[in-house]
Amino acid sequence: MDRFSVFTSRLVEKSENFTSGHRACQGCAEALAVRLVLKALGRDTIVAMATGCMEIISSPLPLTAWKVPWIHNAFENPAAVISGCESGMKALMRKGRVPKKKINFVGMGGDGATADIGMGPLSGALERGHDMVYVCYDNEAYMNTGIQRSSSTPYGASTTTSPAGTVSFGQQTEKKNLTQIAVAHNIPYVATACPSFPFDLLEKVKKAAALPGPAYIHILSVCPTGWRIQTEDAIKFGRLAVDSCIFPLYEVTHGKYNLNYRPYKKIPVEEYLKGQGRFRHLTDEEISHIQTTVDRDYQKILKRCEED
Amino acid sequence: MPKVRKGVEVSIAIADAVAQADTDVIAAYPITPQTHIVEHLSEIVANGELDAEFVPVDSEHSAMSVCCGSSAVGARTFTSTSSQGLALMSEIFFIAAAMRLPMVMALANRSLSSPLSIWNDHTDTMMVRDAGWVHIFVENGQECYDNIFCSYRMSEDPEVRLPVAINLDGFILTHMIEPIEYEDDETIRKYLPPFTMINALHPDNPVSMGCFGMPEIYTETQMNREHGIRNSYPVILKAWDEWGKLTGRYYRPVETYRADDAEYCIVTMGSYGETAMEVVDTLRAEGEKVGVVKIRLWRPFPYDEIRAALLGKKSLVVIDRAISFGGPGGPVASELRSALYQKKGAPTIVNYVAGLAGRDVSRKDFRNIILEGKEKARRGETEGFTLYGLRG
Repeated sequence: MDRFSVFTSRLVEKSENFTSGHRACQGCAEALAVRLVLKALGRDTIVAMATGCMEIISSPLPLTAWKVPWIHNAFENPAAVISGCESGMKALMRKGRVPKKKINFVGMGGDGATADIGMGPLSGALERGHDMVYVCYDNEAYMNTGIQRSSSTPYGASTTTSPAGTVSFGQQTEKKNLTQIAVAHNIPYVATACPSFPFDLLEKVKKAAALPGPAYIHILSVCPTGWRIQTEDAIKFGRLAVDSCIFPLYEVTHGKYNLNYRPYKKIPVEEYLKGQGRFRHLTDEEISHIQTTVDRDYQKILKRCEED
Repeated sequence: MPKVRKGVEVSIAIADAVAQADTDVIAAYPITPQTHIVEHLSEIVANGELDAEFVPVDSEHSAMSVCCGSSAVGARTFTSTSSQGLALMSEIFFIAAAMRLPMVMALANRSLSSPLSIWNDHTDTMMVRDAGWVHIFVENGQECYDNIFCSYRMSEDPEVRLPVAINLDGFILTHMIEPIEYEDDETIRKYLPPFTMINALHPDNPVSMGCFGMPEIYTETQMNREHGIRNSYPVILKAWDEWGKLTGRYYRPVETYRADDAEYCIVTMGSYGETAMEVVDTLRAEGEKVGVVKIRLWRPFPYDEIRAALLGKKSLVVIDRAISFGGPGGPVASELRSALYQKKGAPTIVNYVAGLAGRDVSRKDFRNIILEGKEKARRGETEGFTLYGLRG
């Protein structure tokens, strides 16, 4: 029975900790992800957030969309800042200056803040073992500054700094695997999630917060603006990413792999790619190459899950 | 800790003071010549002598980020760095002041690369002069020890809420063994109440910190910062005054030595003050009417005290330990020129830059600088600066 969970939408937390009225684009799946993450965490949470879309859309002085205590400091340091919050609170509670209470310490950043500029601080915080959760909202480029490529941009995607041109097919490099980098830190919990699978996401955030020590959650956050898709299709593309296995949903608990969702029928990656403007220039040959890498990586995950 | 006078390395005394101040979080990354401070602090924490979190971070950038996080939840926070470390954390150094996050830093002043040098001058701290921190310069180990407590008082005052940097000359002070008077814990408790932060991050009172500022509001936030640091001035005076009443050791933003009847003065900042006083004693004995003016508070800049000490003098010989390349001279001289400009009785200012990257400036050198500077002032050679001891 342990392997099964029952999801009932009525049981999902009703209160909103990330309020409406913020300034995200229509169809922003990242804002949806933030909302779901905060539902799972509840009010006893402190968030440190990186500079980026979610920061600027949610905190234009003197307004805020955050109903939990929230701090933004800089682009590359949410992991370090939240580790400071955790250390400070730990000392204050131990010394009896703040009443003891379980508080979730959560760092949040986009893929640029996490995979590129904030890689060092994240690795440091995970290695030091703070009781914290780090959530990466991966929309696969620097969307806030205008869709520039990051190391988390997938192979073949056209961005404003990896544009497809007469002699280039867009991003020349493979997407950096942040989830596996987090796993390499031997921390208690690492998971991938996507707001198109809300129950799975809620469950993982709760688990990450409940386990003592650092946890890392990598959330694929569809960005209609940057991916050049219709705003109403954000959820659909999240599902296509998972169903094509380019973004498998899995978790690693104390080193044990578990595949949370096995697609009923693994769809060709072309179905995920073809509706997106950022991939529209790709030839059959390039798509076939992407299919090869997707299969290769998915097999690796499956093998680990079967072994465990 | 009982009240005791002991011979101790200045870095150790700083660490002991941080422990006596019941600091909650220390986050630091190793860099020479700051290392002894944080090594000793981690030892104190490891031995259970201080109940604190010692966060051994991945870089100075993360050190300052951790400090921001811990200060934001209301924990008493300490860090220490030097040179390249300060340069690396400078982005967050500015943010810490802008977000009004109280903390204390022992800044072991050291030159900046290139060429790589681990020795002392003021190049690092001048880089962050305009960050909005309170900057104190100390002259000896006792002042380092004392100012840890005073700095916490200033920093955590609800009227101030700004980070404070104690600038101490790397090696010249950090690695020096000096007799230092320790105060007993009771005195410290009396002087330094526990830190209570208004609007600290806590789920019971959710606040948003570090928001995004549109052009409509950014200007006002900067004026708020300016008010904050200007308001810190009386708090700083009070913190030093009360410390003086408890311990007998009084501090002022500007301190003078045999300057009242002096015709001209040498102006220093940091550990040079002691050498300058010795040399002035000798010169006085020879009949030179010279005095010493030492700047202890660099930010907020003590305009009134500076003018009170310096207006009416014939000339000033200002020793800087950093160069503002292509600029008006050393930062201290430049500040004095601006503070005294168009004031009645403004002295002629001659600027020397000396002792870069730890090059020794002996008593003989001070004597040369003072006498040569006086002559230059008389001849009206006041443009730019002279790089003292330049070879080749």
